[in-house]
Amino acid sequence: MTDKHLEGLRRIAPVTPASASFGIAFGILATTVGMGVLAPIVMSATTFAGSAQFAAASVLDDGGSIAAAVVAAVLLNARYLAISIAIADAFEGSLLRRFFESQLIVDESWAVAQRGGGRIDRRILVVAGLVLYPCWVGATALGVFGGGLLGKPERFGLDAAFPALFLALLVSVVRTRREIAAALAGGAVALALLPFAKPGVPVIAAAAICLVGLWKR
Amino acid sequence: MSATWLVVLIVGAFTISFKAAGPVLLAGRQLPARLTSVFELLAPSLLAALVVTQSLGGKGGIVLDARLVGVGAAAVAIWLRAPLILVVVVAALTTALVRLL
Repeated sequence: MTDKHLEGLRRIAPVTPASASFGIAFGILATTVGMGVLAPIVMSATTFAGSAQFAAASVLDDGGSIAAAVVAAVLLNARYLAISIAIADAFEGSLLRRFFESQLIVDESWAVAQRGGGRIDRRILVVAGLVLYPCWVGATALGVFGGGLLGKPERFGLDAAFPALFLALLVSVVRTRREIAAALAGGAVALALLPFAKPGVPVIAAAAICLVGLWKR
Repeated sequence: MSATWLVVLIVGAFTISFKAAGPVLLAGRQLPARLTSVFELLAPSLLAALVVTQSLGGKGGIVLDARLVGVGAAAVAIWLRAPLILVVVVAALTTALVRLL
């Protein structure tokens, strides 16, 4: 294990309990909306993106159509297309290896792997993802099979753990004036769209802000 | 096939392809300089948007609740240069305490 691997562990440890508790919460929600036992666990193992899974489950719960549930979840996950293209050059090795490592991309692993200047450390991302993945899938199973015994994660303030993590990492990646401007613009766009737009749209629109990078410095 | 399984399979297929697209198709390839300068700004704009949506988002748009106090406390911890774990714990504890009141 290298220093980078240890650093990955150290960086992802703070949010792992929060992630696990939301995995349990997803398992509980999924069973109460009638997704059955296996489907929620398969969803955690394949989609591996909390917000999209919650969105899909709650649309089904509200009696929404299959199309509505798919659109909500796919919109929420569209940011991963931008992230995956942006960090593509950090990945190396065989096709299979690149494929499996790419599946470890989630907001949290990507965020803690930031090295500044738009670059990431692949080893940190992979270690963080390898911690989060079994934790997320296992927690979902726990929630499906009777996680009702535990309280809601909100009771313990765990829903505030994610924005706190993202804020801390935001502060650490923002150095130049362009980066500060991009952060302010991204936050403002998300805030402006939040009351009206479908879930997922504010984040995608904010990501599009980085296109101002096309302008000459 | 049930509606649930259709949703699980379609969303799964989309998400797997989104995540795989870059590393599988473009790995090791140097992106054009103009594109790189776009992606340099992806982290700040996306992280800022996640902070906003995760501290204010909820059913029906904006929901102001105890999370906001927790994130405020986290901001103070960040300003005081607290380590990441402390920042996250401060946010969760503050939010939990406000909900108890």
